[in-house]
Amino acid sequence: MVAVVDWAVIVASLAYAAWALVAVVRNRPPREPYVIGAGVVELLILIQVVVAVVLMIADGTPDETATFIGYLLMNLIIVPLGLFWALAEKSRWGTSVLVVAALVVPVLVVRMQQIWDAGAT
Amino acid sequence: MSAATRRSSGPGRLLIAVYAVFALAASARAAVQIATKFDEAPVAYLLSAFAAVVYIVATVALARPGVAARRVALTAVTVELVGVLTVGTVTAFDPGDFPDDTVWSLYGRGYGFVPLVLPILGLLWLRRTRDSEDAGR
Repeated sequence: MVAVVDWAVIVASLAYAAWALVAVVRNRPPREPYVIGAGVVELLILIQVVVAVVLMIADGTPDETATFIGYLLMNLIIVPLGLFWALAEKSRWGTSVLVVAALVVPVLVVRMQQIWDAGAT
Repeated sequence: MSAATRRSSGPGRLLIAVYAVFALAASARAAVQIATKFDEAPVAYLLSAFAAVVYIVATVALARPGVAARRVALTAVTVELVGVLTVGTVTAFDPGDFPDDTVWSLYGRGYGFVPLVLPILGLLWLRRTRDSEDAGR
């Protein structure tokens, strides 16, 4: 894994979660800026997936390959799914779904880093 | 707002989202465990798969309107609570039977104890949304 890309995803998703949390506290439904923000986070995740796939092809896969790819895929779908589920709810609870979806991302990235750093035998 | 949609709106929206995360996580975990190392701990991995099914059923049933879906949700969430309490207690006292982690091991400690809190919130939410659905039947 490339540290710069990992940190970009972690920082972006945490910032997005904090931003959405402010909207929850202020009783705001999910609006257009949050869709754009989710798009930015998703773009970074997409870059991370491409980088990880290239690295796996070039340098070999980590020991727990299946788990790693599972996390990679889950990270890829969690934000779009959250957005889809959030937008149908025009209240603060819709926005709260975005907070949860965004908080899953850094957890998955950290788990992926652990698996990656454990390396291959 | 109609009674039928109430369960998946408001706080229910968030509850179902968290359920969906666990349905996804538990399914992926069980699939990997069973596909790559089933022989190491078949009991734990079958339990992982069972937990995954419970989360999937609970997510779908909570999200769907109607009295039948409510009954399914109630059953699934109750099974979930019994599951996390049973597996949590067994693993706390005798980890020997569970050589590898499941979502419910040690009351879901590996997942920030969310697996323990989730079924309680689920039951409370089902109770709170019950009256409106009975009236709308």
